[in-house]
Amino acid sequence: MKNTARLILRELAILASALLALGTVVPSAAQAQEKLKVGIVHIGSIHDAGYNQAHAEGVQIMKKNLPNVEVIQVENVPEGADAERVMENMIKQGAKLIIPASFGFMDPALRVAKKYPEVKFVHPGGYKLAPNMGTYWASTPEAFYLMGIAAGKTTKTNKAGYVVALPISFFLANVNAFQLGARSVNPRFETRVVFMGTFLDAPKEAIAANAILDMGADVLGVIVDSPIAVVQAAEKRGAYSIGYHYLGVQKFAPKGWISGIAFTWGELYTRFAKQVMDGTWKSEALFGNLSSDYLTISPFGPAVSADAVRMVNDTKREFIAARKHVFAGPLKDNKGAERVKAGEVFPLQGIGKMDWLVEGVIGQPK
Amino acid sequence: MDNVTRATGTVRSRRAAAVIRFGGLIGLALAVFALVLLAFGQNPLRAYADIFRATLGSPYGFSEVLVKMIPLVLTALAVAIPAKIWLINVGGEGQLFIGALFATWGALHFGSLPAWLLLPLVSLLGFLGGGLWALLSGILRAKGWASETISTLLMNYVAILLVSFFVFGPWKDPESANYPQSAPFPDAAVLPSLFESRVHLGALFAIVGLLLFYVVMSRTRWGLEMRALGINQEAARRNGISADRYILLLMFIGGGMAGLAGMGEVSAIHGQLRPSLSPGLGYTGFLISWITMGSPSGIVAAAFLISLITAGGDILQMTHRIPAAAIHILMALVLFVVLARRSGTGGKK
Repeated sequence: MKNTARLILRELAILASALLALGTVVPSAAQAQEKLKVGIVHIGSIHDAGYNQAHAEGVQIMKKNLPNVEVIQVENVPEGADAERVMENMIKQGAKLIIPASFGFMDPALRVAKKYPEVKFVHPGGYKLAPNMGTYWASTPEAFYLMGIAAGKTTKTNKAGYVVALPISFFLANVNAFQLGARSVNPRFETRVVFMGTFLDAPKEAIAANAILDMGADVLGVIVDSPIAVVQAAEKRGAYSIGYHYLGVQKFAPKGWISGIAFTWGELYTRFAKQVMDGTWKSEALFGNLSSDYLTISPFGPAVSADAVRMVNDTKREFIAARKHVFAGPLKDNKGAERVKAGEVFPLQGIGKMDWLVEGVIGQPK
Repeated sequence: MDNVTRATGTVRSRRAAAVIRFGGLIGLALAVFALVLLAFGQNPLRAYADIFRATLGSPYGFSEVLVKMIPLVLTALAVAIPAKIWLINVGGEGQLFIGALFATWGALHFGSLPAWLLLPLVSLLGFLGGGLWALLSGILRAKGWASETISTLLMNYVAILLVSFFVFGPWKDPESANYPQSAPFPDAAVLPSLFESRVHLGALFAIVGLLLFYVVMSRTRWGLEMRALGINQEAARRNGISADRYILLLMFIGGGMAGLAGMGEVSAIHGQLRPSLSPGLGYTGFLISWITMGSPSGIVAAAFLISLITAGGDILQMTHRIPAAAIHILMALVLFVVLARRSGTGGKK
């Protein structure tokens, strides 16, 4: 009887010491492998095969790369009163890195960043920085120029169309670059551009796409949040298509697929998260290009000739080596006025001021 | 005497029955959505507890629900006021945009005025913008040229394009890297917020609007005349009540309410005019007004529920990995409840 009691006491002592040991070990282990909660706010659906899905997939890749990272995300958050609430709630849930993944979240994010100086923010495509808010994006005209080469070599009617959200200068520059790339291999090429007035309106995009095809175009490109409506319209009519934003657009137009420009954020987000975890993160304005791992030329479709693929790859190397420039003069706008003199170059850093469409583009820049 | 007590007694028990019925229906909606949550592999009780904690359970959460309610109450009033004489104002969204447009004009052109002068001016402009925009449809209706249902709806698109014209063109902020948005409001034109939260002075407009609406409709001669017009326009006209005057007046006041909502959003929430000013606030207000038949308490309740579910839905996405689409199921369920509530309040309508 006495023995049993002693046995129990001994067991209890072992248990207690084990618990104590665990108690001291567990927190220190947690300190060694600190967890990071990352909050990402999407403006649309994360299944749009476009802008939002590219970001959503980026954080998934980050999560796979870094097992200590936990992701909380909210989709379909409109710009306005909701954006700030969602960000603050994420911080209340413990998020230490916030990705407000839409241009229009810039000012709301700045306000929340001011309130929570210990939380880091990275905002895509904006131009405002704070001590705890950085910005990132990639320059796209060179990539659009490459798409132009592929389209110019593939088209049979020498006519293309671009369905574009808004006539803002960055998008005008992309369409101009596309046309210039196509003209460089196909002097009769022309591009018709149609503006939607909004980033997401699938029925309207489909109507515009079909109207452009009715006018004889056989290549369609798209600059809206979700490229699905336009590339599907092209596929249905047997036309070629060029994707944007998301690497996986090809499956919506397998036959007529030329190629696409995709944002592959996974590795960049992994770097951001690592920097926040080891304390080396600093506020900066990242502006990538074709050599960055977050701006990717999608695989080419079956309609693109080997010759075209070789030309695209050669030109890509020229761009990366800075031996070639997209907006090299002489360039005229589509009303005949000279915009860039011979021997001069319109710098890519200045495209925020581009308010004209280049010769060969049919459309109004305003 | 006996009759009166019996009458008030039945009214009271009918009210109690309605409240019980409403509570029961909400419970039913939550139970149905609990099945949805279970289907997603989530614990419904924990999910509801999380929603509660993040919305009503903390001062911050509650204040954010109020922030969302402000424009919804105002846009619901924009519909409910003209609806008293059976005018159907689908134009809350457009009136909100024009209110914001007028307010922005005031904020940017009189930015040097002190706040005590600028804020009333900007508010008045917001009201005027929405009011005049709705008045156009009122005139078309009073003259018998066009139904206000159609004209207010169509003018929504015109209003949004007008705002686009200004932010793409003359008002574009040169500092904004060519993105379509106006320059930021000067500090003096930003509606002050209350108690360190984002609840702004627009709340006062919403409360005063609701109270005036209730008092005028139930306690004044005007309310009586409007109710007469609403029931039988011909009879009312023969009794010397001018329908045209009320059409113009109510459209103007209703539009003004939506204009105030736009003013509040652009000044206190966005701080600058941009095309993405409103995520359909005008249409949500329309929905709120009609499912509650324009009753002031109903408007508050429905705006509260919609705001609560929106804010709570975000929490479900964060903590329970529920997709945004699933939240719409809850929203629909609760709106059905609000709709079903009516047959429980006794009247046929």
